[in-house]
Amino acid sequence: MNSLELIEREQLRTDLTPFKVGDTVRVHVKIIEGDKERIQPFEGVVIRKKAGGIRSSFTVRKISYGIGVERIFPMHSPRIDRIDVINRGKVRRAKLFYLRSLKGKAARIRGEKKKEN
Amino acid sequence: MKRTLGIIGRKLGMTQLFQEDGSVVPVTLVEAGPCWVTQKKTTGKEGYEALQIGFLPKKEKRVNKPLTGHFKKAGTPPLAYLKEFRVESTEEYEVGQEINVGHLFKAGDVVDVTGISKGKGFAGVMKRHGFHGSPGSHGTHEYFRHGGSVGPATYPHHVFKGLKMPGQFGNARVTIQNVKVLEVREDQNLLLLQGGIPGHPKGWVLIRSATKSKKKESSESSS
Repeated sequence: MNSLELIEREQLRTDLTPFKVGDTVRVHVKIIEGDKERIQPFEGVVIRKKAGGIRSSFTVRKISYGIGVERIFPMHSPRIDRIDVINRGKVRRAKLFYLRSLKGKAARIRGEKKKEN
Repeated sequence: MKRTLGIIGRKLGMTQLFQEDGSVVPVTLVEAGPCWVTQKKTTGKEGYEALQIGFLPKKEKRVNKPLTGHFKKAGTPPLAYLKEFRVESTEEYEVGQEINVGHLFKAGDVVDVTGISKGKGFAGVMKRHGFHGSPGSHGTHEYFRHGGSVGPATYPHHVFKGLKMPGQFGNARVTIQNVKVLEVREDQNLLLLQGGIPGHPKGWVLIRSATKSKKKESSESSS
């Protein structure tokens, strides 16, 4: 392994819950307000995972007050406090961009039963 | 300007570092040193004060006879790169002495980086000098990426010297000033520099403390 990979490997986060595309997750993001830090959750469906070592990222989509909102998180960002997997979804595609054109009942994803944790 | 010894390194490539606040900093990784002093040039003999240092040991059989003698005299392994640094005084260094990154730089320093930029071949004026070219429509005919007129008519009646024209772009010695050192890893001889530096991966670079940085002056006066 070369030094470049070593530097990247040092920063990789191994403490996060593994999740897949189609899963419903709650991402707890650390946010700095003034000099205080608080944690803000963002809950939605993972519609894309982009691999790339330290540059990996994933996109979470949710419907907020009737408007679709997508947020891209760097997978290994230190701003992510933790990720809760709320529902394991069963999907047949790696990228769920088709969800963007669907809404309501059509935009549901088959999966395990919802668990409260 | 104070002349200080720098170090020879090899560009390894670029990556990114996460900061505490989640922002990402682009980083160039440089394998810097270990270097050896191969020759001292002094005012008495050569007319100026400088140190010749070498970097990257290579196989003995790949070195020609004259250079083998040169390395033998200095008591260093055969080296791939030999470069010269002008210094104020050569007295504090010995021939054959090993030089490591840790001796010269620390995190937070500002440095100048010299290297051979990536060759772009024979490039036109838009790529080479950032000309805007011509409009894509409104009657332009086969004249989209040209530089325009090079010398008007009766006056001045010739093309000015140094006019920006197409030609070889890149593959030239380039110095980037005021590059921040983010981290120094002495045990691995690694230097983490913020942002890009000239050249392709595995290309040689010279790293020396910045000549123009204000930050450097203040740190020197305090030490």
